[in-house]
Amino acid sequence: MPAEIQSLATHDAPRESRRTSPPLPEPRGTLSRLVVDTLRGGGSPGPLSLDTHDADPYGDDLQLALYLLYELHYQGFDGVREDLEWDPELLGLRRALEGRFLGALRANCRSTDSAEHALAELLVEPVGYSRTSVGHHLQRDGELWQLREYAAARSLYHLKEADPHAWVIPRLHGRAKAGMVAVEFDEFGAGRPEEIHAQLYADLMEDLALETAYGYYLDAAPAEVLATVNLMSLLGLHRSLRGALIGHFAAVEVTSSPGSRRLAKAMRRCGAGQAAERFYDEHVEADAVHEQVVRRDVIGGLLASEPGLESDVVFGIEATGFLEDRLGARLLSAWRDERSALRTPLEAAA
Amino acid sequence: MPNAPEPAQTAREQRPRRVTIDPEGPLLVEGPVEVVGDDGRVIASRRFTAAICTCRRSRTYPWCDTSHRRRVRRDENAPPDAEPETGTDARTTTRTGKDHDQDSEGEESTDAR
Repeated sequence: MPAEIQSLATHDAPRESRRTSPPLPEPRGTLSRLVVDTLRGGGSPGPLSLDTHDADPYGDDLQLALYLLYELHYQGFDGVREDLEWDPELLGLRRALEGRFLGALRANCRSTDSAEHALAELLVEPVGYSRTSVGHHLQRDGELWQLREYAAARSLYHLKEADPHAWVIPRLHGRAKAGMVAVEFDEFGAGRPEEIHAQLYADLMEDLALETAYGYYLDAAPAEVLATVNLMSLLGLHRSLRGALIGHFAAVEVTSSPGSRRLAKAMRRCGAGQAAERFYDEHVEADAVHEQVVRRDVIGGLLASEPGLESDVVFGIEATGFLEDRLGARLLSAWRDERSALRTPLEAAA
Repeated sequence: MPNAPEPAQTAREQRPRRVTIDPEGPLLVEGPVEVVGDDGRVIASRRFTAAICTCRRSRTYPWCDTSHRRRVRRDENAPPDAEPETGTDARTTTRTGKDHDQDSEGEESTDAR
């Protein structure tokens, strides 16, 4: 290995959460058991046939099965053959599960036809305390154990922050592409590995005495968390859903800046640590820029060249809000009862 | 990738820096930028674009933190575009950025003014 490559490798060594792939999780029902067994067995000996019609589209079993199939496209699992990513039987099963999930989301999200209206709803801030907002709760009343649960739950996305959205890049062109790439460049540290947002998140997790290994909290994550991440993978992997992916991305960026300010305050109030504060402080400033670029150039550029995608953009915005609301309700109802919102409570901080 | 880094770099350096004006939002300036405050303090941003606060309410001044946004009181089932309460509209209120969260302590402000 040339010296300069070696020195970079050593430099990067600490806290690289994606150095290894996580173990396969515990199944949560027949669908996820079938996927786990197939992955562990190195593929399917014959056609994978399973009736998915009765499965709860937002339930633990379907969401975990889908999550496992999507994860093959990111980091895979320890001991699982990498080429199963393109196994036709697994892809066929994924298609059926996606159909259930997407169908349910489309049925649950139909309120407006205009991207401008859908965004306008996100561009206002509530006055005072909002009882249904996780960020408002954490800022005012959050306790350190709740911040740790929140961070563990969100790690399923933030340790691969902005990765699902990179898949849309080859499907864009012109103004939309230039804007999208600029924002993604920022998410990926603008050329500096220590500033990749996923790395800033691993630093935050260290401050909160959480395990930073990729996928470590998968077993602990409830279906509501898996669904938010599965939405990104679903929209990212399908060219036909590129409009929805852009709508989803815009919804995240538009709501992130004020949301991050509340979480930064929560981290400060609970004394979580400098890296924990920094992750959210960075997002206050970065996402105030990203929001502008995504609305003007990415959505503006996409709809100027493909106006027929407007209803998909709206769908992406609404589906994001719908799933975030479900996750928020799960977290807040558990925390208000002084219960863990995770499937298995975290080990106490050392 | 074509093997011509030098002309491309020169073109980028000579390209005029674009500033985008939005009457209801921040000034977007292609980065990197340095902003000099009226106390002479220089703050730099290496970001590809910087959003510079024009409403003067940002708690991360001079950078936008979306404090210019309209603020609405939401009743439980009110439509999201409900009439904003008097004085809560970010574009008409005269409050400074430090006091418009119910529990703002102000100590975390990096306001450069």
